[in-house]
Amino acid sequence: MSGVLVVMEQRAGVWHRMSWETLAAGQQLAAQTGLKVYGAVVGQGVGALAEELARKKLGHVHAVEHPLLATYTADGFTAALEQLIRKFNPSIVLFPHTYQVRDFAPKLATRFDQVLVSDAVGFRVESNTPIFVRQLFQGKLNADVKLGGGEPHFASIQAGAFRADQVEDGASQVVEFKPELTAEIIRAKPQEPFRESARAVDLTSADIIVSVGRGIKEKDNIPIVEELAKALGAELAASRPICDSGWLPMERQVGSSGQTVSPKMYLAVGISGAIQHLVGMKGAKIIVAINKDANAPIFEVADYGIVGDLFEVVPALVEEVKKSKV
Amino acid sequence: MKILVSIKQVPARDSQLRIDPNGRWIQESDLSFETNEPDAFALEEALRLKEQHGGEVVALCAGPARASQTIREALAKGADRAIHIEEENLSAFDTLGVAKLLAKAAETEKPDLILTGLQSDDLGYGQTGVVLAELLGLPHGTIIMAVEKIDSGIRVKRELEDGWFQNVEMPLPAVLTIQSGINKLRYATLMGIKKAKTKEVKRLSASELGVAASPTASIQRVYLPQRTKQTQLIEGSAKEAAAKLVEKLRFEARVI
Repeated sequence: MSGVLVVMEQRAGVWHRMSWETLAAGQQLAAQTGLKVYGAVVGQGVGALAEELARKKLGHVHAVEHPLLATYTADGFTAALEQLIRKFNPSIVLFPHTYQVRDFAPKLATRFDQVLVSDAVGFRVESNTPIFVRQLFQGKLNADVKLGGGEPHFASIQAGAFRADQVEDGASQVVEFKPELTAEIIRAKPQEPFRESARAVDLTSADIIVSVGRGIKEKDNIPIVEELAKALGAELAASRPICDSGWLPMERQVGSSGQTVSPKMYLAVGISGAIQHLVGMKGAKIIVAINKDANAPIFEVADYGIVGDLFEVVPALVEEVKKSKV
Repeated sequence: MKILVSIKQVPARDSQLRIDPNGRWIQESDLSFETNEPDAFALEEALRLKEQHGGEVVALCAGPARASQTIREALAKGADRAIHIEEENLSAFDTLGVAKLLAKAAETEKPDLILTGLQSDDLGYGQTGVVLAELLGLPHGTIIMAVEKIDSGIRVKRELEDGWFQNVEMPLPAVLTIQSGINKLRYATLMGIKKAKTKEVKRLSASELGVAASPTASIQRVYLPQRTKQTQLIEGSAKEAAAKLVEKLRFEARVI
């Protein structure tokens, strides 16, 4: 095949939204390297999804089907995709950087003595070889990463790095692939996914969100940002470490493991802006950041920023907001 | 239960990073270092499992001589002994190379369980644990929020996206990557710090382990990311900046 293979993610017949972003990345990479792009969807009873995928501009679509793939396991998915890749020899394999991909793609790459370039935010092509861009130090720096060794090369694409609406339509065929799997190779026994409790707080409907991060230092300081939220008529939210520490309930967490929000204004207080947080809020119309570190990644997405001590800036801001509302 | 915990030393979280003149890494000489935070949670989980079920906790760390500080901390918190794969130029190894070093050291230990953090705060590949499991031929679980010993092995609570979780059972030995926040970290006690000095630290080198640096993934260049948005930075004293910001939010952005 020697093309770009995009492994799409689905669960219970529903596409993971990041699959389309990765397909857009795959199409762009294929265009720049002169390779063809192919799609793959893994599971049981994925025929309808494969047909939908075949309406995109692709060489063809692999419907990787087996009863043992009905439920995701790292062992099952790795074995199935290893067989597909050995048979069709793609040059590059792309995945969306989802929690599921993080669970099995490194294992798959290891079987080919390769490293998965995980969480890539972009690429450029030099002498027909992709150089992937990925973030270091929680987004403070970028690095260009080149893969050597034999093909295939493996990379996963960060949420929001490519636009799903740039996927090109076309017409291609579905080709069924039946991997040889036995129940013994699957060692983990996964149970049904669950949620801890119904969400009492729906941050997604808030117009304004004031969100707090590590910079607040301790639980006793939370009222400082609560005041600001109150003055603005905003919902209070937080980055993961704050909820992990129990300073605010988990249901107020914004980010990849919490809620994804797109309010009119998102005001980030003492949040450095690790990617796991940014994916949950960068769709906000206006982003304001208050942080003591001018190099914090949050300023990359902020419309307005104040570099300063939140313990001085936030109380001053509360005063000014109150004044403006008189 | 014999538990191996793989820990890494990384630049301190608040470090001001400067790019090395060669453009391929950061200047490390003027930085302070700390234990990678997710690995600290992995160590804590190992100590708690030992307290419940007995056994031994062995800290495993690949890194240059300075990483001995991270190892001492682990011993002071309660790890019984440590293995230091001492390698000054660890960046010559890629993720797979480092995992091969760790796997070689783990093979001789034959632990029941291997824990590590879900990702490192510096490189952030988030795959050392998974690769280690594959190299050792062991089952694994990632982004784990709870670990429970059961008759057939372990039951773990795996975090999924958007607030979903899933319980997964698997036999031992196994490798788990631990999510930050799974537990509350303990501090080392004075007694612990004293005891740490008498605990065994086995030193191994890459050549002793028979792993050569032959990276497939290599960093070509390190640089500051381009801003995707033009951020208006508002200057002045706290009071001045606050007043200017409110004005802009009212009359320019019109969001309040």
